[in-house]
Amino acid sequence: MSWYDKLLQVDRRWIFLAIGVAVVVPFFAPLGLPVVVTDPVQGLYDAVESIPPNDKPLLLSIDYAPATLPELEPMAFAILRHAFRNDVNVIVMTLHPAGYGLAERAIRGIAEEMDQVEGEDYVFMGFSPGVSAPILGLGVAIRNVFPEDAYGTPLDEIPMMEGVRNYDDIPLAITLAGWSAAEAWIYYAREPYGQRVGAGVTAVMATDYYPYLNAGQLQGLLGGMRGAAEYEVLIEREGKGVLGMDSQSVIHLLIIILIVLGNVAYFAQRRAKRRAALEDA
Amino acid sequence: MSHHIIWTTIGAILTLSIYSFLYKDNPFYKFAEHLVVGISAGYYLVIYTFNFIVPNVARPVFALELSGEAIPLAGLEWWMALIPGLLGLLLYARFFPKFAWVGRWPLGIYVGGYAGLGLSPVMQARILSQMQANSLPLTSVTNVLLVVGLLGTLIYFFFSMRHKGVLGVFARIGIVFLMVGFGASFGYTVMSRISLLIGRVDFLLSDWLHLVG
Repeated sequence: MSWYDKLLQVDRRWIFLAIGVAVVVPFFAPLGLPVVVTDPVQGLYDAVESIPPNDKPLLLSIDYAPATLPELEPMAFAILRHAFRNDVNVIVMTLHPAGYGLAERAIRGIAEEMDQVEGEDYVFMGFSPGVSAPILGLGVAIRNVFPEDAYGTPLDEIPMMEGVRNYDDIPLAITLAGWSAAEAWIYYAREPYGQRVGAGVTAVMATDYYPYLNAGQLQGLLGGMRGAAEYEVLIEREGKGVLGMDSQSVIHLLIIILIVLGNVAYFAQRRAKRRAALEDA
Repeated sequence: MSHHIIWTTIGAILTLSIYSFLYKDNPFYKFAEHLVVGISAGYYLVIYTFNFIVPNVARPVFALELSGEAIPLAGLEWWMALIPGLLGLLLYARFFPKFAWVGRWPLGIYVGGYAGLGLSPVMQARILSQMQANSLPLTSVTNVLLVVGLLGTLIYFFFSMRHKGVLGVFARIGIVFLMVGFGASFGYTVMSRISLLIGRVDFLLSDWLHLVG
């Protein structure tokens, strides 16, 4: 069997093993590769940075599920740390039923880390089903969608919600979603109400959102774990995003090598077959 | 042993069970797969029930209470809770063949309502705003590439005329831009899948085994 035939018939489980090793090794031997910040991420950072402290709140819709946790939770943590560092109040909500526990984990964890007080610095609204209906409803009146917070406290009794009625009182809404919720915020918050919207999405979806970013319909865009890493660099607080970048780079390099090898073997095999066919003729 | 350690260990065992499929299909993988489907269904049911059905339908209709305030029987809020609740129940008529036709009414209202809600915003966001953003002066290389790529891609999908002559040239340019776009999308997809693997490995190494910080 020639070298190219052997290469093309390698058991895929060896490739899985190579990928596994490539992921694990950087955890024990970090390479410290630099993370360069791109314009879409800078745009979202600047949008959050522009919110005046102790004034109108940031709306953070944590719309992801456990399946997309590694990509989107680092974004949530980084944005919450950024907001709280700047004394920006945060309203946290979710449009995904599985996002309730994750949203609560994010806001409570970061709030405790940064000594933020519930009701004064942040409020967790909980889950509202329907996607378009709650997003549209928030533009009319927040209290129509969330008459009380996730723990049953009426919004009128929450100090930070005084004077916060609808999108007019929210300078920026950010959605972190691994599904079409991010588009829904553009359709139902940005277009009818002119609400400024930012998005953090999985890398798979990121290419679909660049048209919205380029058209100015999004203030900024975080794409996957890389986007989270860039945001962590901007807030100068490394987290899971930056931690994963070394493994990400090593595996991408491995995949490039495998693709090149595969193509070289394929074309070598094709050339050999053509030569054999000519000789037979 | 604390609850945290127990649940983390269970999570690690289930993670390794799922990844065992990479070697070959086996009962551990099947068990973990069925478990995640069942738990997800149950979790969603509980969330929807206690976060939406109970406070927005059951409590107003049966306990005459909405958001902590009493509401009158047969008042506006009461009907606003009852009617959508009944429509939602009617959806389940499809499980009874004799009465399945009844389920088409709430489905029609649901589809029609959402279609109506979405018609204007989606048209504005996906078509009008995009057309406005792509109406660019050809004063820079980026703008020229954007306009040429957009026209080429749109022309490629125009099948009412043969792709010959100038149309054929633009269609071939469109193919090139499409391939570049697909390549970028594929690269992002690879990054996304690898990120999920990194997340799981991080869980195993730091949360479970405490081998890394």
